[in-house]
Amino acid sequence: MENKYLQEELIRISGVNPKKCMRCGKCSATCPAYDEMEYHPHQFVNMVESGDIEPLLASKSLYRCLSCFACIDRCPRGVEPAKLVEAVRLAAIRKQGANHLTADKVPAMLDEDIPQQAIVSAFRKYSK
Amino acid sequence: MKVSYFPGCTLKNKAKDLDVYARKAAEVLGVTLEEIENWQCCGGVFSTARDEVATKLSSVRALKEAGSKNQPLVTVCSACHNVIKQTNHAMQTDKEFASKVNNYMADGAYAGETEVYHYLEMLRDVVGYEEVKKKVVNSFKGKKIAAYYGCLLLRPNGVMKMDDPENPSIMEDFISAIGATPVVYAKRNECCGGYIAMESPELAKKNSNAVIENAKAAGAEMIITACPLCRYNLIKNGADIPVVYFTELLAEALGVKEDTNGK
Repeated sequence: MENKYLQEELIRISGVNPKKCMRCGKCSATCPAYDEMEYHPHQFVNMVESGDIEPLLASKSLYRCLSCFACIDRCPRGVEPAKLVEAVRLAAIRKQGANHLTADKVPAMLDEDIPQQAIVSAFRKYSK
Repeated sequence: MKVSYFPGCTLKNKAKDLDVYARKAAEVLGVTLEEIENWQCCGGVFSTARDEVATKLSSVRALKEAGSKNQPLVTVCSACHNVIKQTNHAMQTDKEFASKVNNYMADGAYAGETEVYHYLEMLRDVVGYEEVKKKVVNSFKGKKIAAYYGCLLLRPNGVMKMDDPENPSIMEDFISAIGATPVVYAKRNECCGGYIAMESPELAKKNSNAVIENAKAAGAEMIITACPLCRYNLIKNGADIPVVYFTELLAEALGVKEDTNGK
């Protein structure tokens, strides 16, 4: 299911060139959310390159990336997979009504010690 | 000297200790932190997407205000530092992005001229750890302290340019400067889980436990951090040694720590 327009947009927005990837898997090996992901960082790169983007858009993996920049710093070819994950996530949540996190769900997620930083970060990552 | 200071949302609320002790310690070291007027929350995480503009305006406004006073911009929260430094870098290197941002700025174009320092960089590069050492009145001699960098302080290294991202020493040198013994351990620059604590507490627990266990196995009696969310995740997920802000230890070492009781 190739989607040329979306593929080009993702590459433009992220600034990532997936063709630089040499399939070494270091990004996924160093990912602290690996175990909770259906598609792993190296798969984001490969699937965007091949135009197989729909499964990524629908995957919970988008909301498991921790934005820790480990795969960005440790990629030996400077591919920076997390930038692609970010672009796919935005492509998903920018659609009307597609926010992953809405304000009404937040109170149940809080305890009295949780820092504001967690809440604003989650909104930045999960909602538009 | 005077510097512009961006405290950030959490330092006005759940992480008041990180802020209060930073200010007290800076005064002892001859630096006045001038809080930026009407600063707005940085948003906690930087979006690497080049077409995300609105979420970066608050950082640019803070950078511009510091620049208008010819002052560097200092932050103490790891997240604010990461967001503001990455935004500044985007303003320097991405002309199209900078042009869109500047459409929202009231007075003139900004191109990333302001210097951004984390408080630790200020200690190391502006004040100097030798100066810090000279001002220590309560030494932590004999205390084994592990530095927890987490993810945001050092990465992405090409932008943060703070230290070697895989073998850093800026926090260990700080620990030495206040007389304690730094404990080096493998997980010091791995992520605690961050905001995933909101919707997958299990993942935050797994990551945070790994950090705590690794630090303890290396002999740590205490962990220090510059990030409110790292501190929350480590404490929430079973740290049985103290996890404290580095500014609190600095204030204590310099003899200006009073119990703020979170006020």
